[in-house]
Parts: sequence; C-alpha cells; structure tokens
Amino acid sequence: MKPFAYVAAGSLAEAVDAHGGRPGSRYLGGGTNLVDLMKLGVERPDTLVDLTRLPLDAIEETGDGGLRVGSGVRNSDFAAHPLVAARYPVVSQALLAGASGQLRNAATTGGNLLQRTRCSYFQDISKPCNKREPGSGCGARDGVHRDHAVLGHSAHCIATQPSDLAVALAAVDAQIELRGPQGLRTVPATTFHRLPGDSPEQDTVVVPGDIVTAVLLPPGPAGLPSRYRKVRDRASYSFALASVAAVLDLDAGRVRHVAVCFGGLAHRPWRATITEERLRGAVPTQEAVRQAVEAELLQAQPLRDNGYKVGLAKNLACDVLDTLVRSASA
Amino acid sequence: MNSTSVAVVGTALGTPTTRREGWEKVTGTARYAAEHTPPRCAHAWPVPATVARGRVTAVDTTAALALPGVIAVLTPFDAPRLGPTDDPQLHVLQDTVVPHHGWYVALAVADTLEAAREAAQAVRVTYETDPDTPHDVVLTVDHPGVYTPEKANGGYPAHLEQGDAATSFAASPVRVECTYKVPPLHNHPMEPHAATAHWDGGTGRLTVHDSSQGAGPVRTALASLFDLPEDSITVISEHVGGGFGSKGTPRPHVVLAVMAARHTGRPVKLALPRRHMPAVVGHRAPTLHHVRLAAREDGVLTALAHEVTTYTSRVSEFVEQAAVPARVMYAAPAHLTTHRVVALDVPTPSWMRAPGECPGMYALESAMDELADALGLDPVELRIRNEPATEPESGHPFSSRHVVDCLREGATRFGWSAHRASRRDGPLLIGTGVAAATYPVLVSPCTARAHALPDGTYVVEVNATDIGTGARTVLAQIAADALGVPLDRVTTAIGHTTLPEAPLAGGSSGTASWGWAVHDACTALIARLDRHEGPVPDGGLSASADTRAHAKQRSPYARHAFGAQFAEVQVDTVTGEVRARRLLGVFAAGRILNPLTARSQFVGGMIMGLGMALTEHSTTDPAFGDFPESDLASYHVPVHADVGDIEAHWIEEDDKHLNPAGGKGIGEIGIVGTAAAVGNAFCHATGRRLRELPLTPDRVLAVLG
Repeated sequence: MKPFAYVAAGSLAEAVDAHGGRPGSRYLGGGTNLVDLMKLGVERPDTLVDLTRLPLDAIEETGDGGLRVGSGVRNSDFAAHPLVAARYPVVSQALLAGASGQLRNAATTGGNLLQRTRCSYFQDISKPCNKREPGSGCGARDGVHRDHAVLGHSAHCIATQPSDLAVALAAVDAQIELRGPQGLRTVPATTFHRLPGDSPEQDTVVVPGDIVTAVLLPPGPAGLPSRYRKVRDRASYSFALASVAAVLDLDAGRVRHVAVCFGGLAHRPWRATITEERLRGAVPTQEAVRQAVEAELLQAQPLRDNGYKVGLAKNLACDVLDTLVRSASA
Repeated sequence: MNSTSVAVVGTALGTPTTRREGWEKVTGTARYAAEHTPPRCAHAWPVPATVARGRVTAVDTTAALALPGVIAVLTPFDAPRLGPTDDPQLHVLQDTVVPHHGWYVALAVADTLEAAREAAQAVRVTYETDPDTPHDVVLTVDHPGVYTPEKANGGYPAHLEQGDAATSFAASPVRVECTYKVPPLHNHPMEPHAATAHWDGGTGRLTVHDSSQGAGPVRTALASLFDLPEDSITVISEHVGGGFGSKGTPRPHVVLAVMAARHTGRPVKLALPRRHMPAVVGHRAPTLHHVRLAAREDGVLTALAHEVTTYTSRVSEFVEQAAVPARVMYAAPAHLTTHRVVALDVPTPSWMRAPGECPGMYALESAMDELADALGLDPVELRIRNEPATEPESGHPFSSRHVVDCLREGATRFGWSAHRASRRDGPLLIGTGVAAATYPVLVSPCTARAHALPDGTYVVEVNATDIGTGARTVLAQIAADALGVPLDRVTTAIGHTTLPEAPLAGGSSGTASWGWAVHDACTALIARLDRHEGPVPDGGLSASADTRAHAKQRSPYARHAFGAQFAEVQVDTVTGEVRARRLLGVFAAGRILNPLTARSQFVGGMIMGLGMALTEHSTTDPAFGDFPESDLASYHVPVHADVGDIEAHWIEEDDKHLNPAGGKGIGEIGIVGTAAAVGNAFCHATGRRLRELPLTPDRVLAVLG
C-alpha cells in the first residue's frame, strides 16, 4: 500500500478542510470498500480523512413525517431502526439484502452509497478500465460480463452500481445531503448516481471535497406498501444480478402512486419511469403490470452473455408489483 | 488405575470427542504459519505475470527499490539459482518464460507487509508476446491439441475398454447419451498458503513454518532446491486452516520465502493474497463429460461409456481422473472409460477434494438419473439393480461395499418414496434427487513413536498434519485404545519434521496411514513395558513402528468407501434461484473413529458439493487468460444461508481388510455425488435437465423458458 496521511476529523469543517478537494484525498467511513481498493492499488490516496468520529450517526424525525439518517449510521443500525422498518420497509429490506452481517455492522450509509463497482476489470489494475484509468479501454465489454449492465451503458463502461440501499432510496425519492467546500446542498437519490457516458470515472455527482452528511427520507412514501427483492448467485454476501425496489399506493383500485427502481442493471439505480407513467392512474392488473414493465425494458441493450437479465428483471418487477397490488388491495 | 479410568479404557474410538486444540482455535491463540514472527522478520510479496503466454524481457525494479523499507526485489534475471525439483512450478524465478497468467515473475521483500506490497506494485515488468501464437485458455472437446495421455492422476490408466461399447449401445433397447460440463473450481481454504522462513546463519539451519498438508514433502523439496541435507531443515505445520488438496504438494510461496530469507539474511514471511491463489496453488480443471448408458428393459446396464476431456497446463501434465469412478461403480458387458487432455496456457490443475470422483460422479450419477427416467424406473431401484458382485474393472471382491444399504437407509430417513411426486408451492417448484458416492481407500507407509513416561502418561509422535480435520484428536484415540489407557493420558505430537516420518494429509488416507503406525508403535510399547521390570525410568520407555512392510502390500480386495446422497431443492420460477432445502447423506466408510469430527467432515464435504452444484465456478477469460473470479466475493463458496437442513449418517462397517483401526477415510467422500443429487432434484422439480454446473439463475431461467 502507498503510504498516506490519516486525519481523524473532529468537525465537519475540519474534515472538509483536511480533504481540501484534492484529487488524492478520500473520506473514510467503515472502510469496507475503500480499504480493499487501497490494498488492490485501485485507490491510492495521499490523505484519508476519517469521518467516523463526527456526530453523523443519528436517525431523527424531520417533523413532517420523514426521517433524517446521518451518513455515519451503520447499515445494520439503519436497517433495524423501528421507524425505518415501519415507514420504509423497502429501505430496510434493501439494506439487509446487502453484504453480510459483519460488513453491515461496519459499513456506513454514506460509504454504502459511494462504494465502487465490483467489475473485476475495475478491480484488477493490470487490465484496461475506463472507470479506473480513463482512456485505457473496457476489458469487460468483450470479456466476462455476465454480471454487467443491460441498461444505460456506454461504449466506455458497462459496470453496474453495486449498492442495494441506493436502489431503495431512489424508489422512495430520498434526498442525499452533501456538505462541500461551497456549503450544504441536497441531490435527489434518483440523480445522485450517473450513467457512464463519456466519463465513467465519475460514479456520482459528488465533487471532490463533498461529504455525504445525511439521507433524507421524505414523508410521501412513508407507510405505503413497498418491497425490495434481490436475485443473486448465493443466498447472502453476493451482489445483485438484478433487484427491484417498488412503492405502490392504490386509490379505489387505481394506481395513485407508483415507484419502481431496478438495481444490478445499470451504472445507477434505474427508475422505471416508463413503467410508472403507464401504471399511474391505471387498474394494475397482472397484464397491465406486465406490459408496463416490458415497455421499460425495451430500452435494454444486453451484451453477449447477460441477456438473461432482461427476462429476470421483468419477472422480478412483475412479481414485486403484483405482490404490492395484492397487499395494497387487501 | 482408579475404577473410573478402567471404565473408559478401550472405548476412545467410536466416542464423540472434541478437538484437542479447539480451545486454542476458538480463542485465536493457535498460531498458523504466518503468525510466527521471528525477530527482524521481513515480508515478501510476489509479482504475478499479467500475460498468459510470453517471455519476460526486462524487470525494472528502480521505483520499487527506491521506496522506504524495501530490502530487495528478486527477478528471473538475478534470483538465486535453485537445485532440481520434479515440480517445475517450484522453480520460481529461474527463467523468463511465462506459461500462464499469474505465474510469478518477481518478488519484493521489505520491512513491512505494506511496503512489500507497494514495492510489488511498483515493479515494472516488460513482456514479449508473439502475436502469431496468442494465448489459448479455452477448453473445447474438439480442440486440435487434445490427446489421450498414458495415465490420469493417481496413476490410473487413462483408457480402459472391455467389450464393444458402440455395438452394445446400438443394440440395446434403452439408452441415454449426454454431455455434462463442470467449470474450473478452486480449493480456497480459509487460511491462504503462507510460510515463515528463518535461516540461522551460524548453524546453517533452516526453520520453516508452512501452511501445508505435509511438512515432510515440503522439507524434501526444499532440501533439493536449496542443496541442503534434509536434517538441517525443520518444517513445521502445526495448525493448518484447510487445504482441500491445494496444500498437498509444496507450493511456490514456501520456496520464495526461503529464497528471500537466504538472500536477505533476514527471516521472511510470505502469505499469499487470496487473489493470487487461483493461479498458483492448483485448482480443479474443468471437465467435459460424454456419457453413454445402455440398458435392458429391466434396467440392467449393457453398455457404459464415460469419456472425459479436460485441460492441463504447459508446465506439467495433470489429468483429472474423472472417468475412473465408473470403473468401480457399475458393471456392463461393454465398458469404456477414457480421458483426453489438452495443454493450454493455464495454471497447472491439481488435487481438489476428491479429484476424479467429484466431477466424474456428477456426470455418471446424472446420467444414471437420466437412464432411470428413460426406463420409468425409480432411480434408487435402478442403482440397486446394477449393484455389481465384484469390482467391475478388476473383478476383485470388495473388502466391503454397502452402497445399497446406504441407498436404502437414506431413502427411509429422507422419506424418498413419500416425496417422489414433485410439487409446486406458489412460484416454487420442489423436487428430490439421489446419487451414489464412492471414494477409494488409500494408505501409505508411515512411522511413529510412542513413549511411556513415569507419571503414567504417554506421548505419541508422528509427523501427521491436522488440516482442521481432527487428526490430532483421532490419533490420540487410536493410541489410547491400543495402549489400553484413558484418552486423557495420551498426548499427540504432530506437524513437525523432527517427528517420525509420515505421509501427507491427502487422499482421505491420513488417519489410516498415521493411525496404523501409531497403533503399531503403541502395541510395541506395551510389549516393551511388559518386558520391563520395575517402574518406568525417568527418561521413559519408547517404542517405534514402521508400517512399510504392511501398508504397501497389494490387497486382494477392492477397497472403497461408498455412500448415497439425497437432496430436496426448490426452484424459484420468478428468479431462477435454486436452493437446497434438505441434503441427507449416508456413508459406509468402515469404522467411524470419532463421530463428532467425522460428521463435520461429511457435512463439510456435502456443503462443498452444494457449492459445486449451485454457486461455485470460475472462468478462463479468453481475452486476458486469467480467472476473473479470484476473490471470495466473486467466487461463490456457499454461505450459511445457502445451507438448509443437512444430515450426515453412516453405516458401521466391520471391514477386516483395511488397517488396525478399521476406518476407510472420510475426508473426501462427502463431496462426491452431492452435485448430481442436487442436479437430479432440479430436474425432478422442473422437468428440465441442466447439464452444466453450477445451476445459476441465468441458466435456470434459460431452461424454464
């Protein structure tokens, strides 16, 4: 490992200052991804600014029925919080579908959202990867890409966003609160992660120096039927081949509110806006749901070996939505 | 002796007994090879090749050597020359040829682990590759380089043929012909391969702590490579965190650690990073199986052909003996078993738990299931009808063979008949499957020594290795019963080359081999004590044994362990996820010496077989020539959540033709047949057959349509 400076920040201002927006600076949360990447030589920071001593570990009511979750809250605490489990089951379920018990105990909310793709070409510094080394090429496109993206990928990158939490947050229209050199701002969870386009090295809209300080869960979807379902190669400690987060509210048998978001298919959580648009105001019969999901997935551009993800995503979204329709109708 | 002791004498074997080192292991005080840190210990980090075929033309170490704390960087151009070895994989840094991706091309040595790692990353290696002969890592059945070797691993003839399979096949009323595919699989023991090497400059003595399945073979290899007498080398493998075959032969890490220690004059520690392991510690080669079975209407086999195609490296030939179990399991007038192999630019495959039997029985027992379907016959009954009277290949009588008993007892315990209708539970399809299991009984010559001490205790010495199996414990049980004393009077000393010479922990033969010598040493000690008059002297009394004369004798019997595996799986039609709800194995493996640790062995094998069935696989990347699934996040060994209800049972066999303790070896048979039982259950559940492992959602969804 490359030697680095370590700063245990005592305040947010001190943290932002220590980071300085320099390209070699990194914030440290639970370290469950960053430290691995440092060992592999993928990340080679000069300075690590440890945020875990900051008072960012609270889950509070916002007064309007929503919740404010500090970015230092550990994944296991986030998932188990009674208000989260009661109001946003989809978020709790997504957290518990991620990683392993030990990792969830260490991983933070902010770090979870900023974790890097698990593309094996990204993790191997001997191979080309435009995300790790812009302009070097993409080893995965013609390589081993069964786990890679089918939606929104570019000629430069076919990686997927690995966080389960991010998918659920996009489905409940959460906001991500950032504190940077220019002060405080919030970004919708739906646009927090980016599509790769011509700059796959940028996973998110975070700019150097930004600290994720909180996740804001809005009052709107609180208490509505919601669900997260993830498909993986083994029952735990495995990234999503595909996942779906959904929230549904019915009014007299018609869809009043629906949110559907896919994980494991793209470089960001993929809000199925076409599906949502088709279902809003409609009677959500199985047939209507199927057609709405299929319409979304018409955009899919599967690669040589990952075409199965399209059918899988369809099955999954239809199943989750049908389940929510039944529970919303009951 | 008091009366309490008398009551337990002679009953150590067969009694569930906890591991003697259990306390040290669960409290973290048991020290593994990388946890020994001599004063001034340096750390080494190897540099793997990033091309799969080529030649190193230059290694620029300037940047690496300029880093703080870096002591040396060894390259193929300046590394110390090594003596002869019969394993070219141990000739590290001796020439510039790169035979596969991940082959070591340099070694960084530094004061700290972090500095060594950083130095390794800073080494710049230049390769020459020939565009006219690009690397080739993809196994295909019709690869132009495929040949029939003389022998498969284990010394088995590669090709055996009785009768005319093609004619018999064509003339038979019922037949199946199927191809099966098993991907590359990796041993991935929890403890990575690691060594700490320490030269004593004054005495010239070399001491090595190595994570190995056999300290003796490691010492022999090091003596030749470093031109030292064996008695000036001590190799210690006191605690070993699993091996599954990958630590059965000396591996490059130990040679590099010793080389670096000699070169730098410092003790050197080297633990392989997980990601290096697939390329340097062996793996199970992929196998392509072509199986033809033909039978009469009553299910009795008329023809059996099992043809295996696999790969080896360009470094040395290793042929996974996957067609060999067919020579043991089923008789047929026409019987053909053959292996073909092609040398590719891949790491050299090696032993992985039940080499041969594990992939071979997946294919054979899947094909038997397909034959049962074709006959409309119960798969348990089909196997019973094909139970041979003698070993099909040799005609020798079996020393004991209770596969039918295992099938029947397993069927009863599992509720086989009651579950023969597959069912649907919402989106889940549920089915059951069965497969037989076999693994040979092996034994090697061994020596041991037993001491009686004046305080009434005993010490038994043998250079055995406990790779997590409970060897230390079971050898004490064998000694206690042979000596006729309570178990707590016996101490076992193992894992050290200063102890009497012993074979490695492999081939499920450790307990039989070591136990035989321990038994004989204890018997000799009793005779010595009987002859001795008066109290045991201060220095104790000792006796030794060497089983060479007996253990090497060819048995007139065919000796194998057998078993039956049952599985109930559920297939999620929405997601394609397959989960094993229940696994149940019944094994006939001679006398079970320690039911507690034996159960762990069986269950552990079954779970590894479950991984093979559902989750484990790696890929040879055509573009880069490596295995991209090189860490435990991407190479999916099963986790607790993957394992449903799991049971292991056994039938006690009283087999007089084995060894004094009467055990057949249990380390490997648990993995044999599991994948076939799971695959057969998948077919029962869905009505669709998948012939390529593992049964991952992509493949499942493709066949469910």
